Amino acid sequence: MSSSFLRILALIRKEFLAVLKDPRSRFIIFLPPILQCMIFGYAASFDLSSTPYAVLNLDNSTASTDLLSRLDGSGVFRRQANLYSPKDISAWIDSSRALLVIRIDQDFERRLLAGETAQVEVIADGRNSNTAGTALGYLESAVDDFNSDWRSKHNQPDPPIRIVVRSWYNPNLDSRWSMIPSLIGTLTMMGTLMLTALSVAREREQGTFDQLLVTPFRPFEIMVGKAVPNMVIGLSQSTTILLVAQFWFHIPFVGSLFVLYAGLGLFLLAAVGLGLFVSSIAMTMQQAMLYAFLLVMPFALLSGLTTPISSMPAFLQSAMVINPLRYALDLTKRVYLEDAGFSQLFPDFLPLTIIGVVTLSGAAWLFSRRLA
Amino acid sequence: MTGLLAKLRRIRALTLKETRQILRDPSSIAIGVVFPLMMILLFGYGLSLDVTRVSVAVVDEDASSDSASLIGAFQLSPYFHVTMVHSMIEAERLVMNRKADGALLIPSDFTRRWHSGEAEVQILVNGTDANQARIMQAYAQGPVGQWSAIHAGASPSAGPVIVVDRMWFNESSDSHYFLVPGLIVLVMTIIGAFLTAMVVAREWERGTLEALFVTPMRAGEFLVSKFLPYFGLGMIGFVLCLMAGQFLFHVPLRGSLWLLCLASTIYLLVALGIGLLVSTLVKSQFLASQLAMLLTFLPAMMLSGFLYDLRSMPAFIRGITYALPARYAVALMQTLYLAGDVGSVVWPNLGVLAAMAAGLIVATRLATRKQLS
Repeated sequence: MSSSFLRILALIRKEFLAVLKDPRSRFIIFLPPILQCMIFGYAASFDLSSTPYAVLNLDNSTASTDLLSRLDGSGVFRRQANLYSPKDISAWIDSSRALLVIRIDQDFERRLLAGETAQVEVIADGRNSNTAGTALGYLESAVDDFNSDWRSKHNQPDPPIRIVVRSWYNPNLDSRWSMIPSLIGTLTMMGTLMLTALSVAREREQGTFDQLLVTPFRPFEIMVGKAVPNMVIGLSQSTTILLVAQFWFHIPFVGSLFVLYAGLGLFLLAAVGLGLFVSSIAMTMQQAMLYAFLLVMPFALLSGLTTPISSMPAFLQSAMVINPLRYALDLTKRVYLEDAGFSQLFPDFLPLTIIGVVTLSGAAWLFSRRLA
Repeated sequence: MTGLLAKLRRIRALTLKETRQILRDPSSIAIGVVFPLMMILLFGYGLSLDVTRVSVAVVDEDASSDSASLIGAFQLSPYFHVTMVHSMIEAERLVMNRKADGALLIPSDFTRRWHSGEAEVQILVNGTDANQARIMQAYAQGPVGQWSAIHAGASPSAGPVIVVDRMWFNESSDSHYFLVPGLIVLVMTIIGAFLTAMVVAREWERGTLEALFVTPMRAGEFLVSKFLPYFGLGMIGFVLCLMAGQFLFHVPLRGSLWLLCLASTIYLLVALGIGLLVSTLVKSQFLASQLAMLLTFLPAMMLSGFLYDLRSMPAFIRGITYALPARYAVALMQTLYLAGDVGSVVWPNLGVLAAMAAGLIVATRLATRKQLS
């Protein structure tokens, strides 16, 4: 037993050396998570700011000027031009110089004063219909503000029910607060799964795997020796992102580190298990890399990171039962923002454990079968 | 003349060898054919930003006939699934256990204030998923507006000013319209840069390139023979996406097909150039693949304007995007597909990509030659 332990220890040490002795690969293990965390943190947001728009204001009244100055003051919109003819609209939209063109007709203020409904016509560039939809939403809410001010100034009744919105766990509904804790799992999985898949494939390609097989190592010991270093590297990647989230983006961590790391440990077990599984199928590094990529891609896209799992078609929802990342995202976000405990996270811990056990024993079985 | 013939023969032989290698390796086929198909299916059917049905915990502190009928409006709405609870503490517990997505609180003075014209309801959303929370917030306007319209006898939303919007290029706001052009860019990026980077790095790693260099083979000929097969593989991916756009998702192609093909060809050259340059410089499969991922795939996904609006990014990130080919490719594809041949978008973007392609090819050529000496 103790000799087996010593052998595993030696293998773990060798594995760390293999990955970390090359300064370039040390660099490539820790730089991307930090870089990606920054880029995703700043770029991956559906919130808009300084959205360019142009105005065709045929009214030029106090009311229309007031409405437009609300847009300019919102921080979301940036006026690029005042147009004077409807003919100019398409030039501004086509060339992408304006995302929205707002047209106010000359009877705008007259209709408002007469108590009639006045129209604001908006043309949006639908090349990215998602962005355009968000911009229209911001515009609607600026118009709502204008409306309620106008009503109170002109003694018209307010709409009878006001909806007050409060948000739990993320008071300003900042999408960065949802995104960055999700990156702990996402970036760690991308790094760890590929690194693990390559670790066996590299030995196989360089022929050192055969040498390993003639040593007294049993397949089980090789598995453990390959799994542990990659899990440790994965955990340190997670920690890096956690630190960036707290100290760079200042997102308050309200949960328990113990629960978080217990969850991450299980998640890494599953990720490393999948990586070893891939590497037991792949014959070359190229195959290991590409298969790992083909596995990580759908897992990342269908994890709930960018779009909710509940809106996916039923067959994909059931296929995602095997996706460790969806459980990891759920548990990191909930521990980070909501202080969720073990009892709430049981539905995440259980499947992660099962995935880890199944993939690791599957990989061990495939390895020992290859040996025979 | 005979020199040229020999050159062509050498290129032909090496291209043939490379093509066979692609055809024999299941992983190349997987990335060339399975990857585009998988992305088409995922983007076409898997990803949807719509929140289908929100489950809301309702606390009715008013317990009047008015509040009951307001709750009824939520129950009738196709967007909500209502669970009645007795207190906000219970509602929050449901949210924490993911039994509910949010809560609706009807305060005890609801009826009284409704009659004095200033009633209030509270919507509590779960900010852990900010996007979903915002969608729920927007959905809640529906039943509340309807109910108050019926009970006040006024038209529901007619404020003094109403917004009439028109979405050009995509009237019905179909998300496939912007996913398909972006997909073409993603697929070409992976095949061009990621796959090529691995393949050439492997030759360096195994030393087969040095063996090649003692033959009459010239660096330029070597590069051409590496370019051709992967170019072909990238084009297969392009055609698959094109067909899916036409026949599966019915995305209109408003620009000219030849310009779309030209733009794709040039972008594929850029991607191949990056793949070849990176692998020539680092000569390790692991490093080459990670670098290709970092330099091409992630930017194509995140920093290209494909999913996230470039104009809303902070200035320094926006600055970085100008150095990345994907932003020009996405602008080109989206415009050619949806807006048509808009000269002021097409030519500048195409020009930048062409310059990048030329620069990368020259740089790869120089790097390969330097390795030889």
